[in-house]
Amino acid sequence: MTPLNRDQLVALAKSQIIETTPQALNERLRNGVKPLVVDIRERDEFEQGHVPGAVFIPRGFLELRIEQYAFDRETPIVLYCAGGVRSVLAARNVKEMGYEHVESLIGGFGGWKSAGLPVKVPKMLTGDQKVRYSRHTLLPDVGEEGQLELLAARVLLIGAGGLGSPAALYLAAAGVGTLGIVDFDDVDLSNLQRQILHSESWIGKPKVESAVARLKDLNPDVTVVPYREPITSANALDIIRDYDIVLNGSDNFPTRYLVNDACHFLRKPLVDGSIFMFEGQVTVYHPGSPEEGIVQGPCYRCLYPDPPPPGEVPSCAEAGVLGVLPGIVGSIQAVEAIKLVLRKGDPLIGRLLMFDAMDMTFRTLNVRRDPACPLCGEHPSVTELIDYEQFCGMPARE
Amino acid sequence: MTTVLIPTPLRRLTANQSRVEISGDTVGQVIVNLDDTYPGMGERLLDQNGDIKRFINVFVNDDEIRTLQGANTPVSAGDRVSIVPAMAGGC
Repeated sequence: MTPLNRDQLVALAKSQIIETTPQALNERLRNGVKPLVVDIRERDEFEQGHVPGAVFIPRGFLELRIEQYAFDRETPIVLYCAGGVRSVLAARNVKEMGYEHVESLIGGFGGWKSAGLPVKVPKMLTGDQKVRYSRHTLLPDVGEEGQLELLAARVLLIGAGGLGSPAALYLAAAGVGTLGIVDFDDVDLSNLQRQILHSESWIGKPKVESAVARLKDLNPDVTVVPYREPITSANALDIIRDYDIVLNGSDNFPTRYLVNDACHFLRKPLVDGSIFMFEGQVTVYHPGSPEEGIVQGPCYRCLYPDPPPPGEVPSCAEAGVLGVLPGIVGSIQAVEAIKLVLRKGDPLIGRLLMFDAMDMTFRTLNVRRDPACPLCGEHPSVTELIDYEQFCGMPARE
Repeated sequence: MTTVLIPTPLRRLTANQSRVEISGDTVGQVIVNLDDTYPGMGERLLDQNGDIKRFINVFVNDDEIRTLQGANTPVSAGDRVSIVPAMAGGC
């Protein structure tokens, strides 16, 4: 084999690899078939600014990780480095893996920037945030990157009651950047035995206002969006649409079916929890996310195709509930929501967690999708939101 | 004998016991025998056709019986039958 010097190798690579200009790439990103753009520089270079939408795979890991982003060898890929040399060399190896349409950006990120094209500077934690979230960022599964994901995450809480209280407090403390809270109720003295979001000075005032005040005081990083209205078939899709994850802490069957159906139609993961006296249940209904390797799980209707007739299952208001119980169940829901944001661990998809405070036992039971499910089954009959009060055999809401 | 785990809403029928020992070779038989021992249980668990109500899930060990053999799912000593009704409370 003839030895090649540096310039000869680069020239050889350039003869084998298609090169694209910053302007042409920008045009394709804006209007054409978007290629996968890979920034192969070092982390600190990427963090100081990169091509919007580019994924970061440092040169040393390129061949090892490229399949995580593009398994299909037909995927158009554009690699860039700082000046356009490293990327053209790297592209040869990627091509050798069978990727037919791999290109290199002429002039690299420097060329992109000097062409005046948009640059994305990733968010960094501020000094205060580095301190506030230090116990998170120390965890390898969270890190600064994960904390930034939490800060960018949007979680909707249905209910600011027993389950919503601990969930909202922990999610706000964890720095989940946007928390929506739907609750039309006012704070009542009988709530304070368990609804730790609220306090005596808020009795008679809207729960969502109490929640906003408490959560802002706990963590000013968090934007709290209050919805002081019941969630109904008329507003559910509009409210839920803006969020990544929904956490259900509602206290009645019509709302549970409504939120389940709306989350299914909008393909939003739903972290469901419910409590009764000394017992709690938690599970995650997930629409599936192939890019994260998450297979679709069952929905609420797979588990409970029909609601119980009114009165057959007593409510907390009738039967009572141990004040600490929602603290445990709501906190577990918060854990699951955070895991989903971070894409870490094994969420409770297809598993129903049962907690019994009297026996002090946790058990997980396997639950599966029902092929006959009227919502997510093979032949769905529920294709839009319905009248859930009627479905649950209750008089229509005034 | 099979251990049947009783959910909170039904414990008033079992004198507040959270687990009871019931004989029977299938889930269906266990439910019939459960109703014999603790009258009223059948009415709470089964609909008019004798099928398990659709807001109640029954598990043998960790698996729901619809994914096994339904009411004909065999059970033996040491197995655990869990009755899990829908709960709405979040309050």
